[in-house]
Amino acid sequence: MNIKKRLVFTESLRELGLLLFIIVLSVAVQFRNPAFLTLNNINSLLTNTAILAILAIGMMLVLVTRGIDLSIGSIMAFTGMVTAITVARVPGISPALAILEGTAIGVVLGMITGVLVARFDVLPVIATLGMMNVVRGLTYVVSGGRWISSYQMSTEFKAIATGRTLGVNNLIVIAVVTYLVFTYFINHTRTGRRIYAVGSNPAAAEVSGIPKRRLIFLVYAIMGGLSGLAGVLWVAKFASAQGNTAIGYELQVIAACILGGVSITGGVGKLSGLLLGTIMLGILANALPLINVSPFWQMGIQGVVVLAAVLTNVMVRRNTERTALRRRAI
Amino acid sequence: MSNEIRIRTERERNWREFFFQWEWILVGVLLLVVIINSSISPYFLNFNTFIRTPATFLDKGFIVLPMMFVLILAKIDISVGSTVALSAVIMAVSYNAGLPMPLAMLLCLVVAGLGGAINGWLLIKFKELSFVIVTLSTMIIYRGIAYIILGDQASGGFPDWFSFLGWGEIFGVPFILICFVLVAIAFGLLLHRTTFGRSVFGMGRNATACRYSGVNTDRVVWIVFMLNGLMAGVTALFLTSRMGSTRPNVAMGYELEVIAMVALGGVSTNGGIGRVGGPLLAVFIIGFLSYGMGLANLQAPIVLVVIGTLLIVSVLVHRIRFQSKKKNSAV
Repeated sequence: MNIKKRLVFTESLRELGLLLFIIVLSVAVQFRNPAFLTLNNINSLLTNTAILAILAIGMMLVLVTRGIDLSIGSIMAFTGMVTAITVARVPGISPALAILEGTAIGVVLGMITGVLVARFDVLPVIATLGMMNVVRGLTYVVSGGRWISSYQMSTEFKAIATGRTLGVNNLIVIAVVTYLVFTYFINHTRTGRRIYAVGSNPAAAEVSGIPKRRLIFLVYAIMGGLSGLAGVLWVAKFASAQGNTAIGYELQVIAACILGGVSITGGVGKLSGLLLGTIMLGILANALPLINVSPFWQMGIQGVVVLAAVLTNVMVRRNTERTALRRRAI
Repeated sequence: MSNEIRIRTERERNWREFFFQWEWILVGVLLLVVIINSSISPYFLNFNTFIRTPATFLDKGFIVLPMMFVLILAKIDISVGSTVALSAVIMAVSYNAGLPMPLAMLLCLVVAGLGGAINGWLLIKFKELSFVIVTLSTMIIYRGIAYIILGDQASGGFPDWFSFLGWGEIFGVPFILICFVLVAIAFGLLLHRTTFGRSVFGMGRNATACRYSGVNTDRVVWIVFMLNGLMAGVTALFLTSRMGSTRPNVAMGYELEVIAMVALGGVSTNGGIGRVGGPLLAVFIIGFLSYGMGLANLQAPIVLVVIGTLLIVSVLVHRIRFQSKKKNSAV
C-alpha cells in the first residue's frame, strides 16, 4: 500500500475507533444511569446537538482552508438578538422570514471576516478574534443590555425549535437537511472540491487556476451564514436572547471538528467523521450531568479530550508515514 | 559623484524614515487620547491623577512584553487569559489552605510559568500542530481546571500587605508603574541587546535558516512561551491584589487586549518585525482610551467594539503597508 492509501485506511480506522468509543461510552453511562438510552433522552440529546452539528459543517470548511473562526459565538448572539428584536416588534413575521433574516445578517458578518482574511491576508486568528469582540459589543449595543424574553416572542417563532415535522423535532430536521445540502456541495460540486484543493496545497491550487482568495472568502461567508442560522435556532430554542448568548461556543464547535478528524493543517475533513465527533461531544455534554459529574468539570474534560484527539491524530499520522517509508525501503 | 548622490539620498531617506516611523503616529494618537480625556474630565491632567491612572490598566501590560516576542516569532498565544485565571485561583486556594502568602505568590508564578512552558513543549514536540490549536486547547484546559478547583465561587481574604502590589505607592508613584517600567526595560534589553533577542527576530523571518545557522530554535520557542506564562502569573498577582479576591472567570478576554496592544504597537503578525517602544506606547494608548471611555460613561461593550476594531485596523494598516512595499520592491 502506498502512503495515500494507508492514510485513507487509517482515516476510516479512526472513524471506526471513534464509533467504538461512542458505543463503549454510551454503554458505560447506561450502566451508571438507565435514563440515558431512553427514547426521550436520545431525542433531547439530538435536539441539543443539532445546532452544534450545523455550525461544525461551516467550521470544517474553514479549518480545511487552514483557517479558524473564533467569532461564531458572537455572530450567533448578534443575529439571534437582532432577529429576536424583529420578532418582538413585528409579531406577525413568519418564522421562515426570521430565519432568513438571521442567516442574511450572518452572511454579511462572515463576508467582513472573509474580506479581511482573503483580500488583506490578515491572519484568521487575528481577524476573527477582533470580529468576536466587535460583534459581541454590538450585540450589547443593539439590545441596550436588555434581554428579549419568551413572552415577547410569538408562538410561531418559538415553534421553530419546539415544533415537529413528521414526528421529529424541527431542529433535527434542519440539521439533517443542512447536512444533505453540504454533502452534495462538498463532494459533488466543483467549488466544493476546490475548497479541499486550496486547503491541501494553496500554492498548487493557485497555480492551477483555482481562485484561492474567492474560495477563502466564500468559506467565511458560509460560516457566517450558518452561524446566523444557528443564532436564530438558539434563540428560538431557549426562548430568550441575551448579550452573552453562546459565549465561548466556538470552542465546542472547533472541538467537535477536531474530534471528527478534521485536520488543523488543512485539506482533511469528512462529513461522516464530523458527525461522529459532534455526536461524541453531544453525548459528553448530555451524559456528564446524568452520572453526577459537576458541570464545572465539563470545560476541563472537553479541553483534555480535544488536546488528546489532536495529539493522537499527529501520532497516528507519524506512525503510518513511518511504516509506509519503511516498507518502501525493503 | 554618483556615490555622493547616493549617500545624500540615503541620508534623506533615513530622515524620512525617522519621521515616518510607526512610533511617531502612536505618540500622536496617545497625545490625542490624553487631550480628549482631559476635555472630558478637568481632573485628568492633574499630575496626581495622571500618574495614578496607569495603575488601573497596567496589570495586562506585563503580558504585552513577552507577547511581543511571541508575535515576532510569528506565533500567537491565546491561552494567557486562562493562565492568569488558573494561577490566581491556585494562589488564592493554596493561601486559604494554609500556605504562607509569599509561598502562595511563588506558587502562582510557578504555575503560570509551567502553563507557558507546557505550551512551548507541545509546540516543539508536535511541530505539525499550529500554535492556534495548541494554545486554544490549553486555553480551554487551564480555565477548565480553574473552574474545577473553585466552581463558581470567589476566593480571597488575603493579608493586608498584599494589596500594596496593586494599590501601593512609592513617593506618589504607583508601585505597579515602577515595576512595569523596570520589567519593560529588562524585556527591551533582552529583545534588542542580546543574542537571544536577535535569534527571536531571525526565527520570525526564517526559522529553518536560523536552525541551520546554529540557533537552538526549540529552546528559543520554549523560553519565549515560558516567559509569556510567567508574566501572565505576574499579571495574576497584580490583578488579584487590586481586586482583593479572585474567581475562575477573571481575565476573560485579556488575550484580545494584549494582542491588540502588541499589534497596534507595530509588531507584525507575520513575524520578524517589531520594536519594544511601539507596544509600550500601545499599552498606554489602549489603557488611557478605556479609562477615558469610562470617564465619558460609555458602557463596557463599546470599549469591546473599539478595541476589537483597533486590533483589526492596526493589523490591516500593516498589511497594506507591507503589500505596497512588496509591490515597490518588485518593480
